[in-house]
Amino acid sequence: MPEWLISIIKIAVIVFGFVMAVASLLTVLGDRKQSAKIQNRLGPNRAQLFGTGILQNTGIPHFIADGIKMVLKENTIPDGANKFLFLIAPMLVFLPGLFAWATIPFMDQWCTGQIQVMANHQEVCTGGEWKNYFQIMDINGGLLYAFAIASISVYGAAIAGWASNSKFSLIGGLRSSAQMISYEVTMGLSLAGIILLYGTLDFNEMSRLQGEQLFGFLPMWGVFLQPVAFFVFFLAGMAETKRSPFDLPEGESELVAGYITEYSSMRFGVMQLGEYAATVFIGALVAIMFFGGWQVPWLYGDGFHFGAPTGTPDIAVPYIAVVLLRIGAMITKILFFVWLQFMMRWTLPRFRYDQVMTLGWKILLPISIANLLVTALLAAIF
Amino acid sequence: MGTVDVKVMERHQKTFWEKSYIPEIARGLGVTISQFFTNLNPKKEERETFTIEYPESGTDHYAPRWRGQHRLMLREDGQVRCVACMCCSTICPANCIHIEAAEHDDPTIEKYPRVFVIDELRCIVCGLCVEACPCDAIRMDTGVHMQPRTDRSTSFHKRDELMQRGGLSIATRGGQRAIRDEESR
Repeated sequence: MPEWLISIIKIAVIVFGFVMAVASLLTVLGDRKQSAKIQNRLGPNRAQLFGTGILQNTGIPHFIADGIKMVLKENTIPDGANKFLFLIAPMLVFLPGLFAWATIPFMDQWCTGQIQVMANHQEVCTGGEWKNYFQIMDINGGLLYAFAIASISVYGAAIAGWASNSKFSLIGGLRSSAQMISYEVTMGLSLAGIILLYGTLDFNEMSRLQGEQLFGFLPMWGVFLQPVAFFVFFLAGMAETKRSPFDLPEGESELVAGYITEYSSMRFGVMQLGEYAATVFIGALVAIMFFGGWQVPWLYGDGFHFGAPTGTPDIAVPYIAVVLLRIGAMITKILFFVWLQFMMRWTLPRFRYDQVMTLGWKILLPISIANLLVTALLAAIF
Repeated sequence: MGTVDVKVMERHQKTFWEKSYIPEIARGLGVTISQFFTNLNPKKEERETFTIEYPESGTDHYAPRWRGQHRLMLREDGQVRCVACMCCSTICPANCIHIEAAEHDDPTIEKYPRVFVIDELRCIVCGLCVEACPCDAIRMDTGVHMQPRTDRSTSFHKRDELMQRGGLSIATRGGQRAIRDEESR
């Protein structure tokens, strides 16, 4: 197969088959069904697929009905809105959430030859080469790329707020841009420590390094090396997605729907989907940097090794099964952190805006700087 | 100048861990997560869901005095009990009962309703017709809820249709009225 065809297949499967599917299913399963289960309700279960009861209790037909409704609704542009910017803003919110997936690895590179596990848990491909089948784009600055792209969605929110010619939208846009820029600082600084330890910006390399073992038994996941950074990053990431408890840009009582007030039909839907896609993306970042990415604990290229590898695995597993297990592990980890974010959303009341700023600048930022200093000190000593 | 008795309330001092919010958030998450998994239990009776899925189930949750669709009571020989006295259609605030009286063959019974139509679209389910009836001929204890319809003409309930519901009842017998009911049969 030519290189470009592989790329297109990878884009189709990862972006449309996984990210879009998860993000759009979250509109029903994550928000409405999960909250219903928490609050002892049933949640949406009335819509039917062509009168059959298929999947009726899961509420999935509601999501299809919502989609059709969104597409068929009238698309209004308010008077006095800057038409070009108004129309381009939803794309600026939504597309970064998809572009950013280019560097997320769902598995290590595929080895065409025989895979061997060295004594330091490194996997070596003998008699073949590494083929990049599970990551859309293999660049060694993956982290920088992901953050650069993800921060473009700030422009989308700000432009949407400004171009709608509505005061609600303007204040919502201002709030969201201030919030996202504040928390991006914290996000970046909390990751500085982990970059210091791994010594790489490549997501796939990071996941590989987390296959090593701490004290001979504990998988060397980021969360064990940098627990403080994990908490700070997870909180800042949740604030970055602009969802409850940090959903200050939208507030029914004060700002209607913030910067998406004036949007209707599928443009509104795309804005919403952008938020869900961002949630999934934060889940993926947490999984890769703090929970080993595609690593299954103690599973290496040829099977499970408990303790130091001795050449033969303790439980031999065929390579294809290893690959499937690792892809499954990655997807499970992402879904778990998406689920946890939604759980937080339905547990905590929302902050006041000044509390969000206080949390960002006065608490999380000093914590992340202190964490970076301590990490740098320890890294310099040992 | 009198003295005011002031009781100074001691403020609850937050501990360090309460101020950090981390254990409290974990506790809250614990509550929601346990509730989430309780309600995902494959055994439906162990879930704590309160919702009654109304039209499919839960119609047995009605109280005995709940007013459903009307029914016309029958005599022992199966004839309609109504004597077309017009009490119900007179008292009906929504004017939804239409009765046309006719002479009965039996000389001991004066009249009977040749036509007895209840417009269920206009009925406000107030139950005054049941109260007004002197011979216990109309009741609303069927337990049948008004069903949604697409055709308006089907909501005009004719006499025979109302009589066919004679056997349906959610009423519990045992009060004074039930005894009188037995005697009059």
